[in-house]
Formats: sequence, C-alpha cells, structure tokens
Amino acid sequence: MTFVRPTFRHPESPKNALGYTKKFYEGALSTLCAGCGHDSVSGAIIQACFEMAIEPHKVAKLSGIGCSSKTPTYFLANSHGFNSVHGRMPSVATGANLANRDLLYLGVSGDGDSASIGMGQFVHAIRRNLNVTYIIMNNGCYGLTKGQDSATADVGSVSKAGVPNMYAAIDMAGLALELGATFVARSFSGDKEQLIPLIKAGMSHPGFALIDVISPCVTFNNNPGSTKSYDYTREHIETTGAVDFVPLMTEITTQYDAGNSVTVPLHDGSVIQLSKLAKDWNPLDRHSAMNRLYEAKTTGEVLTGLIFIDTHTPDLHGILKTVDKPLNQLTESDLCPGNEALEKINAGFR
Amino acid sequence: MPHLTAINDFVVRFANVNGTGSASANDMFAKAIFRMGIPVSPKNIFPSNIQGLPTWYEVRISEKGYLGRREGIDIMVCVNPQSMPKDIASVKPKGYFIYDNTKELHKEFLRDDIHYIGVPMTQMCMDKFADPRQRQLLKNMVYVGALAALIDIEVPVLQEIINLKFKGKEKLVAANYEAMDMGYQYAKEHFKCPLGLRLERRDNVGNWIMLDGNTACGLGAVYAGATVLAWYPITPSTSLADAFGKYAKKLRVDPETGQNKFAIVQAEDELAAIGVVIGANWNGARSFTATSGPGVSLMNEFLGLAYFAEIPTVLIDVQRGGPSTGMPTRTQQSDILLAAYASHGDTKHVLLFPSTPKECFDFTADAFDLAERLQTPVLVMTDLDLGMNENMSPPLHWDDNRAYDRGKVLTADALENMAERYGRYLDVDGDGIPWRTIPGTHPTKGSFFTRGTSRDEYAAYTEEGPAYVRNMDRLVKKWETAKEYVPGPEFYQKKNQNAFGVIFFGTTTYAALEAQELLAEQGITLDAMRVKAFPFNDEVNKFIKKHERLYVVEQNRDAQFRTLLINELEVNPAKLVPILNYDGFPITAETIRQQIYKNLLGKLTPAIVEHEAAPPSESEVEE
Repeated sequence: MTFVRPTFRHPESPKNALGYTKKFYEGALSTLCAGCGHDSVSGAIIQACFEMAIEPHKVAKLSGIGCSSKTPTYFLANSHGFNSVHGRMPSVATGANLANRDLLYLGVSGDGDSASIGMGQFVHAIRRNLNVTYIIMNNGCYGLTKGQDSATADVGSVSKAGVPNMYAAIDMAGLALELGATFVARSFSGDKEQLIPLIKAGMSHPGFALIDVISPCVTFNNNPGSTKSYDYTREHIETTGAVDFVPLMTEITTQYDAGNSVTVPLHDGSVIQLSKLAKDWNPLDRHSAMNRLYEAKTTGEVLTGLIFIDTHTPDLHGILKTVDKPLNQLTESDLCPGNEALEKINAGFR
Repeated sequence: MPHLTAINDFVVRFANVNGTGSASANDMFAKAIFRMGIPVSPKNIFPSNIQGLPTWYEVRISEKGYLGRREGIDIMVCVNPQSMPKDIASVKPKGYFIYDNTKELHKEFLRDDIHYIGVPMTQMCMDKFADPRQRQLLKNMVYVGALAALIDIEVPVLQEIINLKFKGKEKLVAANYEAMDMGYQYAKEHFKCPLGLRLERRDNVGNWIMLDGNTACGLGAVYAGATVLAWYPITPSTSLADAFGKYAKKLRVDPETGQNKFAIVQAEDELAAIGVVIGANWNGARSFTATSGPGVSLMNEFLGLAYFAEIPTVLIDVQRGGPSTGMPTRTQQSDILLAAYASHGDTKHVLLFPSTPKECFDFTADAFDLAERLQTPVLVMTDLDLGMNENMSPPLHWDDNRAYDRGKVLTADALENMAERYGRYLDVDGDGIPWRTIPGTHPTKGSFFTRGTSRDEYAAYTEEGPAYVRNMDRLVKKWETAKEYVPGPEFYQKKNQNAFGVIFFGTTTYAALEAQELLAEQGITLDAMRVKAFPFNDEVNKFIKKHERLYVVEQNRDAQFRTLLINELEVNPAKLVPILNYDGFPITAETIRQQIYKNLLGKLTPAIVEHEAAPPSESEVEE
C-alpha cells in the first residue's frame, strides 16, 4: 500500500470551474507498492482532470490486466471503469467509443499489456485513430508476476533478478509514429510538470493520443543496471521542449521565444504550446519526429515531451461517417426500418 | 435400358469449376423451379478455394416439400473434366449424365447402366460468342437451356429471372437468352424430351421465400437495432457481416446528412471483434459479431468476461466442420459444447438454434432482447448449411409494435431518486438479474467498476469466499430465470403417443421430420421434439421424462447435444440414443431412418422387418 490518505479536507480547498475540489476526482486507495511510479501517474491524471474541469461521469476509464491496469480504481471514482482482459483493452475501448462518441476515453495499460499480449490490439487501435488517451505505464517488467522482463526492457538492462535482458526492446512511441499515430508523447512519472499538460493535451486531442510514461517499478526494476529505474531515467532524460496546455478561452500569458516555439490549436479551441524546441525538429512533421526519436535512441537518451501531433486526420467516427448523435442513444424509430420495408425485401426473395 | 421416372421428385447435381460463373446459372435453375411452385432445396458443395477446384451444386426437388438433403444423384450435369470419373460413378443406376461432349468421352468413363446426354456446350459457345470470358460464363446458360427442354422447366420463368438479374443490361439479357436457347434447341433436336424425370407446375410453395440464413441473420440484426458490428472474416459467416452492411447501408443512412446510424469494424482478429462487441454493449449500444468455430475458440476468454461481468453480448456462430481448421466449407453442428460452456471457470451461455431463415431472422432479433434482459452472452447457433444455402422459408415478418427489451437499465432520474446505495450486482428483484447503469448517465450516482475479477454486490474487488459464492449462486439463479425467457421446444404431435421419440434441433429438422414420416410408412411411429434453446426449459425435461427411449439427432461425432441433455437434465445416458452424421454433408432422412431402424431391431414386429428387407422398388419404365 502506498499511503494512507487523510479523510480530512480543508474546507477552503480550491475548486475548479465546475465547483468541484480535487477530492472529487480521486479514487480508492492504491494497493500498489509504496513509491510505485504508477501512483504518480494516477495523481497526474487526477490533477489534469481537476484542472480541466472535466465532468468525471463523462469519462470512461478502461484498462487491461497488470499493475498499471489496476490504477483506474485509484482515480476518478465517479467515472465508469472497465478492467477488461489482458492486452484487450483497445478493442473494448473501440466498442465503447463507437457506442458513445460524446464521452472521453482514457485507456490505461502497461508494457506487458500493450507491447506483448496486446500488441495486436494496440497497433490496430492506432491504425483506426480511435479517439482515446492511451497511457502506457512503462516499467520494463511484469510487476504483478514478480519482475520478469517485458518487451520494452532494453538489451542489457538488468532487473532485480540480476540477469541482463537479451532481447531487443520495443519502442512504443517509435512504433506508434510508424503506424501513423496522431499524437505521440513520452514522459516520466517523476516529472509532473511535464506529464500533467501532456495528459490534458492528450485528452483534448481528437484521435489516438499515446503517452508512453516511464514509470519505474520500485520493487523489481529500480536497481543499478536497470534502464527503467528512477536514477537511470533522471540521468538520461532529454526533453523535446517545454509543454504547456492552454485550455479553451484562456489567455496565453507565458512568453514564448519566437522561432523556438510552436502553438498547436486543437479542435475544441484549446492550444498546446511547445517551447524551447530542439533545432531541426518539428512536432508537426512525422518525418522529423521519427528522426529525432531515433537519434535519441542511438545516443541512449530518454526523449520525453510531445514528440508528434497531427490534428487533421479524422478519428474512427469520422472515418466511419457515423451520425453525430451517440449510437447508444438511437431508438427504435431511428433504427428499425419497419415491416413495410421488410415486405419489399421478402418480394425480392421470391 | 430403363429410365428413372418421377414428377417433381428427384435430385440434380451440377459439377462445375470454382470461379467460372456457374453459381449464378445454378441459382437460376433452382429459382425457376421454386417459381413453378415446386419445393426445392439447393445446396452448395464448394471447396476452400477461389478459382480452379471442383465445386458442386445439388438441388433436391420435392413436391411433398422435403427440404432436407437426399442421397443419390438422379441427374448429374457435369462440366468439370477434373471430377468427371467420380461424378459419373455417383449417378444412380438408370439416371442421367449430362455433359459437355465437345470432346468425346473417354471409353473408360462409360457405364452401361446410366444414360449419357452429350451437349457440345463449349463448341456452341465458341461458335456463337467472341469474348473469351463470355464463352465461359454462357456455357452455364447452355446447360440450363438444355435442362429446360429435358425436364420441362418453363422457359418464360427462366427468361423472367434473367430479365430481373440483368435489369438495365440489355446486351447481357440477349446473350443469356441466346445461350439458353441454343441448349434448349439442341436438346429438343437430339433427345426425347422430356426425360422420365420432369417437372410440372404446382402451387406448393405458398408465400414462402428463398434466401440464405446469413442474410436473414444480418437483416434480423438491422431490425433489432444493432448499431455496432465487429467481425473478422471467416467462412461460413462472412456473408452474414456482408448482409448486415448491405442492408444497413440501404436502411440506416440518415437521408439528410448521409451519415450512418451504424458502425462496422472489420477487426484484426476474433479476439478484438468480440472485445469491441463487449465494449459497445457495456456502453449501451446493441452490438454483435458473427463467426464460426475457430472464432468462438478464440473468443472464449472474452465470453467468460461477458458472463462474469454480466455484459450483454450477441454472437452468431455459423458452424462448420471442426476441429481446428477442419472442413471450412462443409457443415456440422459441432460447436455445441464449446458454445454452451465457453471459457474457463464455471460458465454457461444461452444458445438459440434456428432451423429456417425466418428463424435466423427472428432468433437474431430475439438474441439482442435476451442478451440485454439477461445481461449475458447469447449465441445464435446456425451452420453452413443454413447460412450459406438458399433455403426455402416462410416470409420474414416484423411486428411494428415491438419495442426493444433493453433490460434493467437505471436512468438518470431513477438514480437521482434512489434512496439506497446502488449496487451493480445486487439482486433486488429476486430473479438473479441486477440493474445496470450506462456510463455517462449521472454525475455522482451509478458509476461502478466493471471487472473480470471477483467482486461484491457493489462491484468492489473482493477475494472473500462468501461474497464470491453469493455471486456465483446468483448467476445460477439468473440461469434459472433464463429458462422462462428462451423459446420453448416445438412438438410435432398434439399429445405424446409413443414410448419412443426423436429429438433434434437446427438444420437436422427437415431430415428428421422426413425420417419420421419414412419410419411411419414402415409402421414405426415416434413422437418428436425440436429444441430451440439452451438452457433447456421444463417442457424439454418433461418430454424426455415421458419417453422410454429417445433418438437424439445431430451432426457431430461425439453426440454433443446428447451430452448437454445428460449433463444438464441428469438423464440416464442409456435412454438417449445418438443418431449422428458428421461427414460434412447435411444429414439425410435416410441416414436417420436407417440408424433408428437398426437400433429398433429386435423390438419390431416381423412385418416391419420384412418390409425393410425388401423395400418397394422405385418406379421405372422400360425404354
């Protein structure tokens, strides 16, 4: 268990635009190990949703199986949650999203869940540009079964068991870029300053938003020799630039260096502000993003931040040309053609 | 040599090459007979191949309305040299072998007990048509024309079908007429027409229609308000997904915006397909998938989740020959146990067994109501025979006053006015069915965590033994409730009259009913029950209890349905005699009759046994 949460709340805790305090966005007490990176990610989700003044019941949180997939219990208690089967969250999220396009979908997965057993579903959800914020809590190991290497563990990385990993690592962000993902970000559970605006931006992005979060496993993969430990990540982190998310109707107050920053308007009117960008890198250009990511990989950097964004590609509903009204709200009169039409169909079969 | 003679009672088989356009000509043949008011039952016997391999089309014509398959080929129309030796061998003595004699038949292919009718189809088309593709396609129409002369198909009926099929393409209509006429004239000039086997117009099909079960299921889903279809291509269910798409595009597009009131996802595999279905149903949209046995195997894990987490799910299983890849283009009823108990742990699923296209339509629509009422997976168990063949069927009907049964779903108002704490898995009504909430309904009430892990009445994770047992027992209670909702069996006698009876389901129905009549002609009478659903309700149990011995007819090796009856109703196995057919071909009445007869030996009166030893010879005339 991570911590014991005091039940006392200051009566004058800050409230968001909906009049809710942050407590309203919390969930049940976490049962993950103390210091688990995943709890920080849960905290960031709570903070992001609170600050964005999202109605929790308008969010559906879905997950697969594993430590990461337990976390939806620990945030947004007033949202419906769905802890599905191992590696299959993307398909469940696809169905849920098709049923009601008006909700926000938050998919939470891990490196075992997405990079191994669920690789097929992960890949195809990206191809369809499913409108979901897809957070991978990436710790390079299978925590819930006691620390086996996962498919995102780097070659030579040593877990608590002491045996160096022998297989090539799958880079989820690089893979997503290759597959045509329309929002690709990487972050670190220990960097809330960066993670919170990324989650906000992802939730505002009208398509598949991948946030691959390095989230160390304190119990099985936080030892010297591991490339997914707190220490290693802190030492090798390299940000693409500062990320700020500016919600709809808010004045941009921060000063950004001209020529060294990009403003990305989103469809709902909010903007993502990126500043202090590296040279020769443009987050709106897939080619340049792939180059930058590959470069970081070869030099051993853990590149974080918003790596790529494309706000123009239609999401799955756009591709399938579904009606604006959520499909789950259509009734008999919308859906049933009636017996007269059936009589005509019968006539064609005689 | 004598000829077989019969009016409106014989079997014609066509031997073609896959991918040569024969299907369309063969369909016209069957449709013309149907339109002459004569019951007809065509079956495709096709390979797992797109082009080049042998394919057959078998049409049983039965004035009496026997729609099951019948053994024995009376007329073979062979335009495939690859399969010719086997095709010749399969003709009944005194039957007819119609073939393309552009090339002379090899002497070793000549039998002296069948009639050969050579029509130079290829040559005629070579002479008449310039386009090579047309030559090939129209060859099929030449034999249709020859058959028209040989067995008395009404030519205007065929012409009308051509007109309809090629509406607006006058050149094609003319070419088809021409090809058909060539065959017709050739037969008239060279052979004594009609043959001993011929047709006569009747009025025996009433207002019935002819369609394949997959189309009927697809239509049923459209009418039932399904909005999300997720599927993965697999024979023999693919045409079901296609049919849903076709009719949804016709009937479900907003005329003003051109937007779709449906979504179809061709998933990456069957696992994803059922995942999408579960996600959509969880979120309040009616959703379904169509697959076959291998797909159901893959979907097991998710079916267990839907059962345990209590999420409505509709799956249509168009069964084919198993196990493994098995016989992908042949029919079987061999997914019964797989479907009934799909997934690990203690699970049971509701199954429906349609036996006609009309029931495919009705049961698919019912499946959505049942799934939402019972909050559980419902599997519609059809098969290749029903799904992919044009079956005669009563017309489809939709009651315009029918409202969808969306089951127990709490609205925002109901949640708002709820004084007590909401419990997703609380049995408040005593029927084992708890109340659902759909995501997004109420800001502070009704949210819960759906999970495949054990939980208490309030959807909170628990590993407490008593809470787990309470939940599992409630699911059993729900199962008992399901018995009241699923369709009961059909009986074919007003009152049970015999100590022995026969039980069947799905596509064994026609053959079983015909077998019952054949046996009755021999003096052996049996009561009959057709089961339409699992769980078995009390009527099924009573019928079994009332009889001393029961023949359970099914199309798989292991008598799976019998096992299910024994397991669920605690029937003495000795009482249930398996009657089986599992060679991939639809079961025949004669197979059933013989197996039952064999089982009854020793119990029969001498007169019946003599009758079997020397059955009346078939009618025939000397030439």
